[in-house]
Amino acid sequence: MKFGTETVALSLFAFAALVAAGFGVDEPFRQHMWVLFIVLLGFIAILLRKTSFAPAARIDPSAYMDGPIRYGAIATMFWGVVGMLVGVVIALQLAYPDLNIQPWFNFGRLRPLHTSGVVFAFGGNALLCTSMYVVQRTCRARLFGGNLAWFVFWGYQLFIVMAATGYLLGITESREYAEPEWYVDIWLTIVWVAYLLLFLGTILKRKEPHIYVANWFYLSFIVTIAMLHVVNNLSMPASFLGSKSYSAFSGVQDALTQWWYGHNAVGFFLTAGFLGMMYYFVPKQANRPVYSYRLSIIHFWALIFLYIWAGPHHLHYTALPDWAQTLGMVFSIMLWMPSWGGMINGLMTLSGAWDKIRTDPIIRMMVIAIAFYGMSTFEGPMMSIKSVNSLSHYTDWTIGHVHSGALGWVGMISFGAIYYMVPKLWNRERLYSLRLVTWHFWLATLGIVVYAAVMWVSGIMQGLMWREYDEQGFLVYSFAETVAAMHPYYVMRAIGGAMYLSGALIMAWNITMTILGHQRQEQPLPGSVPALQPAQ
Amino acid sequence: MGLMDRHAIIEKNATLLLVGSLLVVTVGGIVEIAPLFYLDNTIEKVEGMRPYSPLELAGRNIYVREGCYLCHSQMIRPFRDEVERYGHYSLAAESMYDHPFQWGSKRTGPDLARVGDRYSNTWHVQHLSDPRSVVPESIMPGYAFLKDKPIEVKDFSTHLVANRRVGVPYSDDMIANANADLTAQADPNADISGLLARYPKAKVGDLDGNPQQVTEMDALVAYLQMLGTLVDFKHYDEAAGYR
Repeated sequence: MKFGTETVALSLFAFAALVAAGFGVDEPFRQHMWVLFIVLLGFIAILLRKTSFAPAARIDPSAYMDGPIRYGAIATMFWGVVGMLVGVVIALQLAYPDLNIQPWFNFGRLRPLHTSGVVFAFGGNALLCTSMYVVQRTCRARLFGGNLAWFVFWGYQLFIVMAATGYLLGITESREYAEPEWYVDIWLTIVWVAYLLLFLGTILKRKEPHIYVANWFYLSFIVTIAMLHVVNNLSMPASFLGSKSYSAFSGVQDALTQWWYGHNAVGFFLTAGFLGMMYYFVPKQANRPVYSYRLSIIHFWALIFLYIWAGPHHLHYTALPDWAQTLGMVFSIMLWMPSWGGMINGLMTLSGAWDKIRTDPIIRMMVIAIAFYGMSTFEGPMMSIKSVNSLSHYTDWTIGHVHSGALGWVGMISFGAIYYMVPKLWNRERLYSLRLVTWHFWLATLGIVVYAAVMWVSGIMQGLMWREYDEQGFLVYSFAETVAAMHPYYVMRAIGGAMYLSGALIMAWNITMTILGHQRQEQPLPGSVPALQPAQ
Repeated sequence: MGLMDRHAIIEKNATLLLVGSLLVVTVGGIVEIAPLFYLDNTIEKVEGMRPYSPLELAGRNIYVREGCYLCHSQMIRPFRDEVERYGHYSLAAESMYDHPFQWGSKRTGPDLARVGDRYSNTWHVQHLSDPRSVVPESIMPGYAFLKDKPIEVKDFSTHLVANRRVGVPYSDDMIANANADLTAQADPNADISGLLARYPKAKVGDLDGNPQQVTEMDALVAYLQMLGTLVDFKHYDEAAGYR
């Protein structure tokens, strides 16, 4: 019987959730378990509809397994729009605080929903589906473990739903980018180990002698995130039927453990994984080999070695001992080199194909992604210098920096990869519309420029106002005055974010129409078809 | 170039690649984080630090739940402007019982490391309920619902036990009295001598203006009013604490 054991297992899981909903010791936990119960009922309903008593059809072991990748591409688009929408909402809340709706939709509960929504739901699904796509094609092997890929996909979606609903209910560990509480963390650990097995197993059964460079990055991302996640989330629950747990570490040790995790959520989740994406999709779309094999070796090992050290730059001038701060700063500056090594390797892959920037909006998207990668990996080391950080820390400059990396690099390279994959995954001749890709490109790029520029101005202004003295030696501004000065920038920032979101909505439309098999009747982009020559 | 040729060995062996990259990424954490657990001078020697009282801990959990750390830091840096604005720069010792730490990373609102005793209880209740009624420029969300929410006490001692398991020195006496201390701290008529012996300097009395019940507002105000008040800086040796 197809899905027999799965249905039984899910039913037991749902029953356990129901019991926990009844006996939970705190109110948020009981509510959260009701959410889990209802979500699992939904999963069971889907499985029951797919149950059949006929013997399972034979699967061609040499064919690629693209089902979870198709779902993953759709999930990436869906969560991307959701996460960015929440981002625009909280940006507006900062400009117009009356938009806070207590208790569930206050800024403090929505902000983790935004960060986790874009990092783990959008970025995570993009990594999941592209890594499964890339590893099969570069290893010439079907995904390892039968339905393991489906477990990873649905297990990860369950993690996202539980994390997101938990934030709204006020269930959080308050560790930035690792907010989910202990039981959601345990679930993610299980899913992540399955993901590691899936990826490593597929590499082990490869038919190519060499492991392609993109897979080095994906593999190091998966294994490092496993390490970071487990160590940073070590905590002691107050009750095994309650939502609250207390971190295993305290104060200064807790702070450095968290930022060792936090910075490498950026370094491995948002960088190494997406570099894997770059190393496959840029050469494919440009139809050129990777620029330098040696550079990729050097920059891979240097990048993963150096990134881990950079965490203390989030704690400059705090109660963290000076030696650790200095060490973090030195390694952050060194990190500039391998980062730019990766940028050069990506950009120079276009050698001999630079004309495609004019004619191919997908390549244009990938190139701007790598350009933003270079920009933000220069800005980051600069901000990690203690004297710069004394101004920039605690201000909006940091937020602007994160967004030039997240919107510019992570967002754009993911969009490029999805635009590349979708027609192939659904056997479509081409995308629904290339002109809409161009619209998306410009809306997104201009949105980032507005966002980043506004945050530079507001962040530096904020930092300077806090430390401004008059000639008699008194502080010039009260804190409330610095808050009032931020208002116009908060409005403009929301506009920049809304532009980026509208680009993503256009993409969602374009992808949907492509999947449905439509092709838009439109003038080809200038330069994309050879100009007709008059007859001699 | 021999080294580069030898890289082919790793490229052809997934296990080597996995183990190699795992080893490479563990180095930084071991060198930077591990010493913080055994170097004696990581945490300064100070007088006055004590574990949170049950009501303060409950208030701290509300502070965490509502994501206050996303806009308020609790870490004053040793700069002239910060020290003049917020008070003595923060010491590592002051967060040694904080599981998790709440240093924060952003100051959309001001630092709260030493907000205790700066405003009256009434001010805090009014400000939390309707921030713009006391600070017109504020962009803080309102938290009026805390006033109506009685604190959920099933068995608060489990929270103290969990903290003790991760290293906070809660005594058996403190754990045995957890529930009683929790309600006594916000009850103007309760006998608080035991509470104050266990938790010196705790802010007691009717904190939220509603003596009928212990609400989440009571807990949050109790926490905010003790922030940064425990260490007596008259007896702190700056030179000895320098790291």
